[in-house]
Amino acid sequence: MNTSELFDGYGPVAGFDEMFEGTEVRPGYRQVHTSFEKMGADEVRLRADSLASSYLEQGVTFGVEGEERPFPLDIVPRLIEAQDWDHVERGVRQRVLALEAFLADAYGPGELFADRVVPRNTVVTSPHYHRVVAGLEPANGVRVHVAGVDLIRDGHGDFRVLEDNVRVPSGVSYVMTNRRALSAALPEVFADHRIRPVSQYSQHLLSALRKAAPAGVSDPTVVVLTPGVYNSAYFEHTLLARTMGVELVEGRDLVCRSGRVMMRTTQGLEPVHVIYRRIDDDFLDPVQFRSDSTLGVPGIINAARAGHVTIANAVGNGVADDKLLYSYVPDLIRYYLSEEPILRNVDTWRLGEADQREEVLDRLDELVLKPVDGSGGKGIVIGPAASPDELAELRGKILADPRAWIAQPVISLSTNPTLVEDGIRPRHVDLRPFAVHDGDDVFVLPGGLTRVALPEGELIVNSSRGGGSKDTWVLARASDPDDEGDMAPTASPVAGVAQSAGPAFDSQGPDLHVQEQEQQQQQTVSTGSLSTGSLSTGSLSTGSRGGLSTGSRSDAC
Amino acid sequence: MLSRIAESLFWIGRYLERADDTARILDVQMQVLVEDPGMDERTSCEQLLSVMGVEDYTGLPNRWMLLDLLAHNPDSPVSIAAAIGAARESSRRARETLSTDIWAAINTTWRGLSTARAMRPPDMFSWVRNRTAMISGIADSTMSRDDGWHFYMLGRSIERVDMTARLLSTAALASGPQVAWPTTLRACGAYESFIRAYRGIDSDRQAAEFLLLDRWFPRSIVSSLAEAERALNNLESAGQRSGFSDEAQRLLGRARTELEYRPLAEIVFDLPVEMERLQRSCAAASDAVSARYFAESETHTWRGGVVL
Repeated sequence: MNTSELFDGYGPVAGFDEMFEGTEVRPGYRQVHTSFEKMGADEVRLRADSLASSYLEQGVTFGVEGEERPFPLDIVPRLIEAQDWDHVERGVRQRVLALEAFLADAYGPGELFADRVVPRNTVVTSPHYHRVVAGLEPANGVRVHVAGVDLIRDGHGDFRVLEDNVRVPSGVSYVMTNRRALSAALPEVFADHRIRPVSQYSQHLLSALRKAAPAGVSDPTVVVLTPGVYNSAYFEHTLLARTMGVELVEGRDLVCRSGRVMMRTTQGLEPVHVIYRRIDDDFLDPVQFRSDSTLGVPGIINAARAGHVTIANAVGNGVADDKLLYSYVPDLIRYYLSEEPILRNVDTWRLGEADQREEVLDRLDELVLKPVDGSGGKGIVIGPAASPDELAELRGKILADPRAWIAQPVISLSTNPTLVEDGIRPRHVDLRPFAVHDGDDVFVLPGGLTRVALPEGELIVNSSRGGGSKDTWVLARASDPDDEGDMAPTASPVAGVAQSAGPAFDSQGPDLHVQEQEQQQQQTVSTGSLSTGSLSTGSLSTGSRGGLSTGSRSDAC
Repeated sequence: MLSRIAESLFWIGRYLERADDTARILDVQMQVLVEDPGMDERTSCEQLLSVMGVEDYTGLPNRWMLLDLLAHNPDSPVSIAAAIGAARESSRRARETLSTDIWAAINTTWRGLSTARAMRPPDMFSWVRNRTAMISGIADSTMSRDDGWHFYMLGRSIERVDMTARLLSTAALASGPQVAWPTTLRACGAYESFIRAYRGIDSDRQAAEFLLLDRWFPRSIVSSLAEAERALNNLESAGQRSGFSDEAQRLLGRARTELEYRPLAEIVFDLPVEMERLQRSCAAASDAVSARYFAESETHTWRGGVVL
């Protein structure tokens, strides 16, 4: 078979490649590799095209500067082996629990400041620290209902944490839609593997949200709060509301009345108990934050303080996303959980500390500089790729506000085979697993969103920078029961009931005798002597029906 | 249900029906222009534009202008393209309540508009009819009969009354009724039903009667009014012992009974004027529905440019 041109020129990759070790295919990827080779380039492209058009039809989009774009999904899946996933899962869970403890402490007693784990100043100077929610005890103690932890694999293939997202992490909808689209595009490849399912995410989320309801509410009304159709993640908001079976509301659909949040329905105002908000803190409540916000709900924070409504994720979580705080997370894990961090951070310099700052300023051209409160790759400067002017400007910004920056070494993200113009080539990927905390347990969705940087050599994988995504397959352990996979349960055969058929519609078509009769009748129709009786007993083939209607039409006109 | 979502569903029903009916009306007009030798193109296009409520246009109306203003031009608010675009935008806002199938069908239709533009007009009209029929079919078989459904049906029925009224005006205004009425019946998919109901004998008056008053044909004005009343009835949670507290119900019921109980000759005597009255009743009923069910959703609107 001469179809291997797909992987021709893949070449040995400088860093860690997910599929190849040198020129050898890693064991987990062997079936995928063989299947793609067998399909050949033309077939793979054909399927990739149908994948793209199915996303367009379904409107699986994200917004860039107000414009809807289809979310690019690469046809080559990314595989994660069971034992690697175990490690990730435990690491993410540990991190979520530590951040949960940190937030409770930082907005509560503040013991970590007394014990000098993190300087108080580091926390209270964060633009995302909101004093207004200090002392607000969430209903079941949960502040991080949903977390997305960004991971990369370094040159050794070790997973490292790049950042934490415990405000409003997005992307989980693409995990769900990618899975359905890819299993439709590659059914045979899919069937060759035992892949852990992702469709149960919404049930976990809904259950966690319901558990977070204010005390005494036995059947809470949960809603998803969206900024509206122009938000880049609007597709996700609709998908989550739809799959949870709850209302998707905009700020204007809600109103606060005497400390309670109500929604405007055709039957009047109805109470709301849990709000899964996808609006940033700053826009959430014009009474407390930005007074010009038209997206939020005036009075919603007071309703939360009064304990009548739960806002998920909690207001003020942004301090935990702050990249300066990130550098302390390993310490937080040791302090709150008395455990060693399972997933390692990327080495990080804090520019607020004089000696570290000096070292970084000397090496600006070799490091990555990140604003501490930026998200989505905004404001990041990659030293080796920056011009001297850019570096000079950066130096000025750092000196003006050192608290606002961290520095990290350039890390080579792992690569995964990806279909591009020339064939299948290595492209950089990262991974955002999603976790849901319901107060009793942290559920980590097997897989998460793999983002891929489509331009060659590009290190920033954000969708807003031309990034795409991959379906991420977490392989089931040999010991996992069968029903853990996305496979149909083996059903015992059931005796079928024969389908009923209309009169004289047998599979062979009407017999010759009937056809002859019908042809004769067709002639009689045009002379205008058709009785209804002969119609209902005769079986109407399409031919004779056509003849009938033209006949009667020519009669009438 | 949320007022805003109810409003979206109501308008999805209206816009899809509008696209469908505009295609039907244009189909009639184009065929009449081709088939009727006594037709003055300019006058007849002027009449149609006026029936469709288009007042400001520049130049002398001709069939190309009709096609642009009423079919293709997305900036013309009465065009099929605009109606499908608006239906899609409303669907996007109600996406979590629509089944994936309906959304995909509407979205695909919207995406197909650019291809449809290049089709021959009759093909484009049939494409629009097929697409909207497909969406209605999916809605019919995948939507729960809850309030959302009733709002969707209400919008669809009110729009159908309004547009069928316009269609009847167009046919009545055409100079050659022997071409206009059969074509109108065909455009409504009513020709065969009509022939069966009237046993092959046809006259303008009967065609008008059929499209106005037939209780069994689903596109007739009386059936559509009854459908709208049913939807309103379903939305009204507690039935009333006497009278109607609901303004929309009162308006639609009165419009229906006026058609049903007045002598037909009186109605068809000046059909365009009667039909304009009916359109006004529809507009008033639509306003009444908004005031009663959607008013809560309009307290403030999105201020553009706020990027999160």
